[in-house]
Amino acid sequence: MSEMRRVTAIRNGTVVDHIPSGNAMQVIRILRIDTDRATPVSLVMNVPSDKLGRKDVLKIEDRELDQEDLDRLALIAPAASIAIIRNHAVAEKMKVELADDLLNIAKCSFWNCITKNDREPLPQRMRVTSRNPLQVRCYYCGRDQEINELIENVL
Amino acid sequence: MGDIVTMDDLTNQEIVAVLDDAERLVPVARGDVYLPLLQGKVLANMFFENSTRTRMSFETAMKRLGGSVLNFTSIGTSVAKGETLYDTMQMIDGYADVAAIRHPRQGAAQYSADAVEIPILNAGDGAGNHPTQTMLDLFTIRQAHGTLEGLNVVLVGDLRYGRTVHSLSHALVRFGAKLTLVSPSTLKMPVEIVSDLREHGSEIMETESLEDQIAGADVIYVTRIQKERFPDEDEYAKVAGIYKIGVSNLSGAMKGMIIMHPLPRVDEIDPGVDSTEFARYFEQAFNGVPTRMALLCRSLGIDVPKEVN
Repeated sequence: MSEMRRVTAIRNGTVVDHIPSGNAMQVIRILRIDTDRATPVSLVMNVPSDKLGRKDVLKIEDRELDQEDLDRLALIAPAASIAIIRNHAVAEKMKVELADDLLNIAKCSFWNCITKNDREPLPQRMRVTSRNPLQVRCYYCGRDQEINELIENVL
Repeated sequence: MGDIVTMDDLTNQEIVAVLDDAERLVPVARGDVYLPLLQGKVLANMFFENSTRTRMSFETAMKRLGGSVLNFTSIGTSVAKGETLYDTMQMIDGYADVAAIRHPRQGAAQYSADAVEIPILNAGDGAGNHPTQTMLDLFTIRQAHGTLEGLNVVLVGDLRYGRTVHSLSHALVRFGAKLTLVSPSTLKMPVEIVSDLREHGSEIMETESLEDQIAGADVIYVTRIQKERFPDEDEYAKVAGIYKIGVSNLSGAMKGMIIMHPLPRVDEIDPGVDSTEFARYFEQAFNGVPTRMALLCRSLGIDVPKEVN
């Protein structure tokens, strides 16, 4: 049995493959699928992978991820591959790419940052200062962000 | 383009150029020469938090150059009614040509710079940056030693919370200074900063004792241990008054060594030191004027003439 066949193929939607093993739940949270009760999601965790050793896979029905989703996803699954499925066939393939500048992806976690006032209208803005290990710094206050905290603060 | 939010907004070359401009502006800062380079220009002093020296020296700098100043405080204004920083700055964008901003929140200066067209000078944002203070500190050091390169600078006191010593030490290592960090263990320079400084290839030494460091110092930069930072009175009492410089401590000091302090002081430096050749803290406070003049000119795109008289 192919690893991809552990769950049924979907008709329309998105397959997120090559998620680092154990991170699928975070992906669900970061894509805000956890609060969206209308979307059927299939989840495969810890399956063997040539690329990653072990990986997680998500199949999200009737939702096509957009660029903003991919930018968020890049924070926790920078090697993920995305397939948009239409009518049971792969219609589009996309790569996740972590941008240098993260606009309105997550809120700064520093308690005294100017952006803590929700009424301030300028976008939340982070800079990726290192990719491996991942380091993200608030563009305004200059504080380095804890990656786990950042994921909690995703907008 | 003329924004100065952190010292990273200036290259070493630009720092030296601003210090050169400031040096030529000293007679103007003293009021001996009238040079209305900024006539017709308006500075908005946006102080969302108290300040004495910084606000007043910005004001003097602007006025000595023939410009005028709008003074803003957040008490009893639209800010107290809940106005956002963005909205307040939009208003100022229409009223002034340049703004100096001090704000309790970190990142407020960068935020303002992004919100408006006019150039923004950061006059202190939370525990973040205070680049115009760093510039006047560099000016004072260069004035005394003729150079910024390769000096042995001893930083003393609260190195943990003091934004002044953080940005100064970053700037000094860019010029190859050797730093000696003297503080009680509870007030040490944050490890991230120390490792940043070492990455520049600079020699950094940390110690709790000031006594042994005086003889080798070119500069002793003293800061106040801030009572308000301590969770309880006992902890403060343990370190309060731990570093006190009196005339008797200075017998072994090198000729030409200078003592600096961003002020206000409490009891770190005995008033007896004020009349020695080492004391530079009041001059340092004055140096805020020519330095901020040079920075205002730079931000407004006005060249300081090569000869001022």
